[in-house]
Amino acid sequence: MAEVILEALNLCKAYPMRTGSQLTVLEDINLTVKEGEFISILGPSGAGKSTLLRILSGLIEPTSGKILYHGKPQNEANPSIAMVFQSFALFPWLTVLENVEVGLKAKGVERELAREKAIKMLDLVGLDGFEDAYPRELSGGMKQRVGIARALAIEPEILFMDEPFSALDVLTADNLRNELIRLWAERKLPIKSIIFVTHNIEEAVFLSDRAIILSHNPATIRAEITINMPHIRNKNLKEFKLMVDDIFAILTRPKVEAPFMLRKERYQFLPHAKVGAIAGLLELVLSKGGIVDISELTSDLGLEVDDVFPLIEAAAFLGFASVKEGDINLTDVGIKFSRSDLLEKKVIFREMALKNIQLINQIYQVLTKTEKKRMSEDFFIEILENHFTKDEAWNQLEIAIDWGRYAELFAYDYDSGELYIEESEGEIEQNKEKVDV
Amino acid sequence: MKNYVAFPPVKGISLSDILVLFIIFAFVSFIFFIGNEWKGDLNSVSPISLDYKNLPYYVVQSVSRIGIAYIFSLLFSIAYGYLTKKNKVTEVVLISLLDILQSIPVLSFLPGVLFAMISLFPNKRIGVELASIILIFTGQVWNMAFSYYNSICTIPRDILEVGKIYKFSRFYRFIKIDLPYSAIGLVWNSMMSVAGGWFFLMACEMFVVKGKDFRLPGIGSYIQLAANEGNLEKVIVGLLVMVIIIVLLDIIVWRPLVVWSQKFKFDNVQGEDEKESFILNILRNSHILESIWDAIESKIDKLNCYLIERKHFYKEQRLSKMSTIIVYALFIVLLIILVKGCITAFKILSGLKISDIYLLLKAGLFSFLRTFTAIAIASLWTVPLGVLIGMKPKIAKVLQPIIQIAASIPATALFPIIIFFLLKLGGGLGFGSIFLMLLGTQWYILFNVIAGAYAIPQDLKDITELYKIRGFRKWRVLILPGIFPYLVTGLITATGGAWNASIVSEYVVFGGEVYKTMGLGSLISESSSNGNFSILLASTLLMSLIVVTLNRFFWKKMFLLAEEKFRIE
Repeated sequence: MAEVILEALNLCKAYPMRTGSQLTVLEDINLTVKEGEFISILGPSGAGKSTLLRILSGLIEPTSGKILYHGKPQNEANPSIAMVFQSFALFPWLTVLENVEVGLKAKGVERELAREKAIKMLDLVGLDGFEDAYPRELSGGMKQRVGIARALAIEPEILFMDEPFSALDVLTADNLRNELIRLWAERKLPIKSIIFVTHNIEEAVFLSDRAIILSHNPATIRAEITINMPHIRNKNLKEFKLMVDDIFAILTRPKVEAPFMLRKERYQFLPHAKVGAIAGLLELVLSKGGIVDISELTSDLGLEVDDVFPLIEAAAFLGFASVKEGDINLTDVGIKFSRSDLLEKKVIFREMALKNIQLINQIYQVLTKTEKKRMSEDFFIEILENHFTKDEAWNQLEIAIDWGRYAELFAYDYDSGELYIEESEGEIEQNKEKVDV
Repeated sequence: MKNYVAFPPVKGISLSDILVLFIIFAFVSFIFFIGNEWKGDLNSVSPISLDYKNLPYYVVQSVSRIGIAYIFSLLFSIAYGYLTKKNKVTEVVLISLLDILQSIPVLSFLPGVLFAMISLFPNKRIGVELASIILIFTGQVWNMAFSYYNSICTIPRDILEVGKIYKFSRFYRFIKIDLPYSAIGLVWNSMMSVAGGWFFLMACEMFVVKGKDFRLPGIGSYIQLAANEGNLEKVIVGLLVMVIIIVLLDIIVWRPLVVWSQKFKFDNVQGEDEKESFILNILRNSHILESIWDAIESKIDKLNCYLIERKHFYKEQRLSKMSTIIVYALFIVLLIILVKGCITAFKILSGLKISDIYLLLKAGLFSFLRTFTAIAIASLWTVPLGVLIGMKPKIAKVLQPIIQIAASIPATALFPIIIFFLLKLGGGLGFGSIFLMLLGTQWYILFNVIAGAYAIPQDLKDITELYKIRGFRKWRVLILPGIFPYLVTGLITATGGAWNASIVSEYVVFGGEVYKTMGLGSLISESSSNGNFSILLASTLLMSLIVVTLNRFFWKKMFLLAEEKFRIE
């Protein structure tokens, strides 16, 4: 039985809001990391994966809950942790070699020994000959190799990787992934475990022994899946594909299928999707017969779940589509919408948005009831800040404005920061609606 | 594994080494010389002579004053940055304090600072020297402090987390993250600050306070004395020497620093043409310097290990008990000083008569109109020229160096010559002072406009060309919106500069005569030379109030507008 290295008990993270209430991002997270394990944390972006990783690594304190390191409470001085960042986080003013040395020197390793270890790690990741280069001379893939060498150099027990390959192009990422797993499988890395954050299901299935799947808003552990396939895994095997589909189903199922009304106590979270993209998705689904397997859709398009997920969610919210067992299925309204011309589309969209989207409905009600049919954006932001962080509140309003503009329900004046209803045009549109009906 | 040479063995001593040794030797003996000079009695200072052979001696003195003031500014900026970042309360308090401090006209501090220093070091020359250094310091420090604070606020989160993950001590973080990250901003602001230092030097080496004449040997006092005696030839020679020194400093100090600081560029992209500096090349080739550098680095690493053993980890937003107490104690001391100062100020101000208040308001209005006119005239010629230079790289190549040298001459040094011609022409100081303000402030606008015009993206230029948008429409559609943010920045600095310049331009001593015109600046100068402290304090306060109000209610709005609407991404 492998030894438990890290143990997280009932972790919660909440941020205080301006209004005095709390915004919970992580809820009741329990997990253990054993020696020799490669664990991935999987979830849609914005789910709190990175926050969880930072809490596990001791960078951020949890609001409640405990982290045990070898059975003892982890303190900040834990020297057995290293991290690889999505943005590489290299010092541009240091050479490749100095970048790798910096972690060692900070630990007080003698400079000759530090240099020796750094050079060894650079060789391991295939960067010999680049010791004196500056990061700005390197490609993204090479930079991340430096990032990995820097982390490995201090010989951490656990290596934390925060979406290390998602800033790279597909081929480079694939290449690095292969090399990483080869080194890991051959036990050439001076580490005992890896915790790997990603939103890419295939990546998680390819690399890890165990995938922890997070829900979002707030993040809880939705499922833990053990992946028992020998390395290096073949992505074309049926077993591999089935595993990806399974995880996909878990990721999509409860979230989209449950109509938001059931979770009325929580304010509706608008997915970050622009109207044009939603309409594009619906037309694509229609062209494929009105019902498509989502993973098929994403792989056909060469997109990641993360790109398509918000669109599907938005379509479901608006009532244009429903999701069942990993399939997206257009509703009658969705089919009608996709077949209409631009003006008709706007009419249908308006109707559905008013009916189904809480925020748009609220904005519209407020605007029609004010005398000047105008209201400052700050008013809505203040309402939204009761439910979301400040940044997210602005995101939400931005999405609502995008949708509202498309539906010609209301307009937005950038200079004054006001939302308003365009009187005359609104009437024209209303007349048009009567004709249509 | 390739054979990588870890530490190249020290080869023979090169020419560069000899030069470096020479520089070190010169620097050390220089410090001894200055120390020896300044510790003497005030009375033993020999009167300033206009003999040319004294000029090198004067130059050395002036340069050391600026140098010392600069070093203090640097240390202060760094300390202020950390104090500001300590917690939310200090951040709000110290940043608004900085905002106010930088709008206060420095020169009106002179009498107060001087008396404080003289009472600290009675009859010693070091007291007057310190007063002059402190004034130069207050003219240099604020933009540097702002720059450093801004830099450490904008360090990316990931980089900070690297520091935390690899357990940097606070000291190590300062050396390895904060300093490199703020290097570029600090170097640029240092250049600006030292240029400002020359401006104040002219007024800080020779001054009359309460009827008493204080003179420190230096190039500033040399030019002033020559002007007082109406000796135009000596004024011009003094001026030339000053320009040569400024250009030399640029070559020896700033240029190498600017080129060197390029390596701290953060955007991980290969930069455009990197400039060369032969001084930097010499330094880079020196083995001795390299081994000194290595030794320092290993000491830094050792110190870091020592600190880690003592658990001096870098933590965010959490203060140890000790430093909390120190911060609060500092605040209390500051508060006491503030309250005491207010009481004294109130006592002094109570000596004002109704007629004085009327005079102050009138003077304020006059100075306001004057600064406004100066800025308007400056904009009228700098905006078209700046746009021309910024849009046409060929013209820029020819004009840029000329403008840079012209701008490097401190306006205060040019005053005597201008005054000479003004008096010849028979014009009064009323309009003459506008011209003097212009001299000091136009460059800020020009340089910013050039930068703005240069930054207009090529595709926008192409579009206007394609649609044949020319003349006035081109200005309205492309140029003015394009340069707007830069123009606002330039105008803000220029307005501040114009108010400061009013102190030296509305009240001028030339050829033994006093020339003055109605204005807040002349009130400040006059009251400080005849020791009327209630007027001095009231006019300083009024000027600061006007500048702060203008900044808060006008320029800040313009700045926000520029940031939001006219930013080209």
